[in-house]
Amino acid sequence: MDPHLLKKLNEARRARQAVIMLTELADGRNRLVKKGDPVSGELGEAVEKAFRTGKSGAVEAEGQRFFFNVHVPAPRMVIIGAVHISQALAPMATMAGFDVRVVDPRTAFATPERFEHVELTADWPEDALKERPVDAFTALVAVTHDPKIDDWPLISALKAEAFYVGALGSRKTHARRVERLTEAGLSEAEIGRIDAPIGADIGAQSPEEIAVAILAQVIAALRKPSQSRKD
Amino acid sequence: MTPGSTVESGDDQLDPLTIAERWMLDGREVAVATVIETWGSAPRPVGSHLVIDEEGNFSGSVSGGCVEGAVISEAADVIASGEPKMLEFGVADETAWRVGLSCGGKIQVYLERVG
Repeated sequence: MDPHLLKKLNEARRARQAVIMLTELADGRNRLVKKGDPVSGELGEAVEKAFRTGKSGAVEAEGQRFFFNVHVPAPRMVIIGAVHISQALAPMATMAGFDVRVVDPRTAFATPERFEHVELTADWPEDALKERPVDAFTALVAVTHDPKIDDWPLISALKAEAFYVGALGSRKTHARRVERLTEAGLSEAEIGRIDAPIGADIGAQSPEEIAVAILAQVIAALRKPSQSRKD
Repeated sequence: MTPGSTVESGDDQLDPLTIAERWMLDGREVAVATVIETWGSAPRPVGSHLVIDEEGNFSGSVSGGCVEGAVISEAADVIASGEPKMLEFGVADETAWRVGLSCGGKIQVYLERVG
């Protein structure tokens, strides 16, 4: 592998660009293809398919055997609330491969000291998420308990069809949340996508255990989308 | 931390390709192993990497720990010669390798030198 290509590959991955490292298995030659780069013929078709499916694998094209290593951007996790649970969840989710961001307008909570090595924004979600809105590849985890902070990102995540939407709160708190979101015009089906009570049912008690439960449910939503619903 | 700033995430500390680049910049000789194909219940998916330096230090995985030892010893040859190699590991594969996958799968691993 050309050291220059390794550098380029890592740069693209850090910039959240979809790229394929192509290796000609007969002679070991590598080539880096970015999404949108023109590649002609049979190989081009294979490249297009690999970007579409996101699957790495061996490919026969133009009489050669290639290996395509497809690198697609990591799923994102946006955590609303710089609370104790988030202090545990942010590093755990980062380690599991998520691109994590914590947002909380309360500057007493959102301090760099409490969130070392985590991308932290001390602003309202409406403003913080303006440039990089929640998309289908995002898990939205709302854990402030405060409707003023949680409701807007919950609504925007449901509308954007984020692959996971979870909200912390007791059944009573959630019942009130359902009422507010219904008033805001969301359908029963949309509201029903919210994971509440949040996280996999493992009897979690401490903030760290709750973080594990949330991360487990987020991974289930990512990897087994049709089976991850608890209801 | 200021809003919007980028930091090296915890993920980068464990990412084999990032580690390979760092080792390379440190002047170490590096080989990259990649899972090319899997059959049956292979422990790591296609595209997974193990990176190895000339002293046998390694990071990442191509199996759940079953065949890493064999890949690491082959890496020394690949680093020395610069010639890539294709390795295969499977159940009770006694002839080619003294190691196999306990899970009953079969994997093909491509090993190449960086540079």
